[in-house]
Amino acid sequence: MKKYTYSEKKDTRSGFGAGLLELGRKDTRVVALCADLTGSLKMDAFAKEFPDRFFQTGIAEANMMGIAAGMTIGGKIPFTGTFANFSTGRVYDQIRQSIAYSEKNVKICASHAGLTLGEDGATHQILEDIGMMRMLPGMVVINPCDFNQTKAATIAIAAHDGPVYLRFGRPVVPNFTPTDQVFEIGKAIHLNEGTDVTIIATGHLVWKAIEAGERLAEAGISADIINIHTIKPIDAAAIIRSAKKTGCVVTAEEHNKIGGLGEAVAHVLSSSYPVPQEFVAVQDSFGESGTPEQLMVKYGLDTDHIVGAVEKVMQRKNVHA
Amino acid sequence: MTELSILKDLTTQIRRDIVRMVFGVQSGHPGGSLGCTEFLTVLYKDILRHDPENWSMDGVGQDLFFLSNGHISPVWYSVLARHGYFPVQELGTFRKLNSRLQGHPATHDHLPGVRVASGSLGQGLSVAIGAAQSKKLNNDDSLVYVLMGDGEMQEGQVWEAAMYAAAKKVDNIIATVDLNGQQIDGATNDVLPLGDVKSKWEAFGWQVLEMEGNDIENVRATLLKARTLTGLGQPTLILMKTMMGNGVDFMMHSHKWHGIAPNDEQLQKALDQNPVTIGDY
Repeated sequence: MKKYTYSEKKDTRSGFGAGLLELGRKDTRVVALCADLTGSLKMDAFAKEFPDRFFQTGIAEANMMGIAAGMTIGGKIPFTGTFANFSTGRVYDQIRQSIAYSEKNVKICASHAGLTLGEDGATHQILEDIGMMRMLPGMVVINPCDFNQTKAATIAIAAHDGPVYLRFGRPVVPNFTPTDQVFEIGKAIHLNEGTDVTIIATGHLVWKAIEAGERLAEAGISADIINIHTIKPIDAAAIIRSAKKTGCVVTAEEHNKIGGLGEAVAHVLSSSYPVPQEFVAVQDSFGESGTPEQLMVKYGLDTDHIVGAVEKVMQRKNVHA
Repeated sequence: MTELSILKDLTTQIRRDIVRMVFGVQSGHPGGSLGCTEFLTVLYKDILRHDPENWSMDGVGQDLFFLSNGHISPVWYSVLARHGYFPVQELGTFRKLNSRLQGHPATHDHLPGVRVASGSLGQGLSVAIGAAQSKKLNNDDSLVYVLMGDGEMQEGQVWEAAMYAAAKKVDNIIATVDLNGQQIDGATNDVLPLGDVKSKWEAFGWQVLEMEGNDIENVRATLLKARTLTGLGQPTLILMKTMMGNGVDFMMHSHKWHGIAPNDEQLQKALDQNPVTIGDY
């Protein structure tokens, strides 16, 4: 089993900020728009270095999405930045008509996704965004797991011609992805080889899946661990290959169980290779105020819950064997 | 500048197109389309610096037009076809299965002339502002035009965009609002009165002109004047008074013809009032 380590914890949103700055330096077509959350989105460095290519829209997200769509006409590559809640639900129709249906090359970059926003509470903790964005035809949906992967994803999506939803978070999390790892849209990353169970995780849950894998190994359970950073288009081949090997799957995500990674994986499995699946996700509820750690425990998104889900899904596998 | 008689013949033919397109599929929006016929005809014929033969999505070096109130697609499609953007015969496919001429404009099938989907109201001004800022970044001194409906001003996004354009000195945009005073549920004054529209736009920091939208010469003069107001640090808005259903007497003076099609008898009556000029599609 491969052992993962990290030298520091960093926030994924800073990975976005770093990636955006690098992009700004190498491609003058890249422009950035922000709806009054420049500091939270870590867009300040870009704004400072490229004031002519940074557009502060004020607290007007609908207008920001429309302007971004318009800026693609003339060849710009706009990156919009605000919280995940205001990047999706608040502006769904603007994204649907002016960006997705119109096939505009806009990168919708969303921070503070999921429960780990913490104390601000449920008004700001969106758990439905992956579902909403996945349903839009042509929309690429990406949820990277750490600073390095978010930075690489930010740079990679500029080279993709079409709308992208890039989702990241607020808290610091272990930064373990190698800096030289190539980010390929739609390509899963195989973190660990295993034979007993497949754990497929995205975003902040990837590190917890790694921790769960270590705990399971101590108990003699061999977990195949996959990091799915691109939820759409999903790497069906990687999922099926692993399911064939292990015969059962646990998915883990910081999102409602409805509409997210779990359902995307279930669709792949039920269409091609049905095996039992357990869903580590929020059980169709809103969040609440609390520290990120408290919330992840209360809502069942921690390492313990992944281990529990593995035990459960392996029992189901045996029933059907 | 085009001779007045030629413009008049063209508008008459476009009215025929509108009524025939809507009749042909028994759906669509003739009222607002007829009301904006003079405006769009003059805009495309005499004002826009454009090259239909070499249309591109990016439109670098060309003036751009966005239709925000996408439901008046019949008039826009007819004007585009009559200016060579696509074959006139294609107007007969309006709203039919497998057509590029969707009920509301779409980019999906790459219909030349259309740069963004519209229909869900309130979004076109934002898109046009984005395109205008893109032009500035490209040092492209051509202009961006956008048309909105008056009922559309009830959408909050319009005012987000209005505030932004003035604050950011987007002075290469000319927006027009079609003040026909009607919307689906009735007169705008009954549904949700818009109040003093001119003062509102001025208070938001726009230069405001007024125009008689069904008077070809007034439309042309006003659009030419609007062009002289660009580049001065403020966005420009034209309040365009029109008559919904203009040119078809029984479609005028009512919101009734916002979104319904004529029957055989009504079609004949409408066509009799607008005899063939250039030739039907």
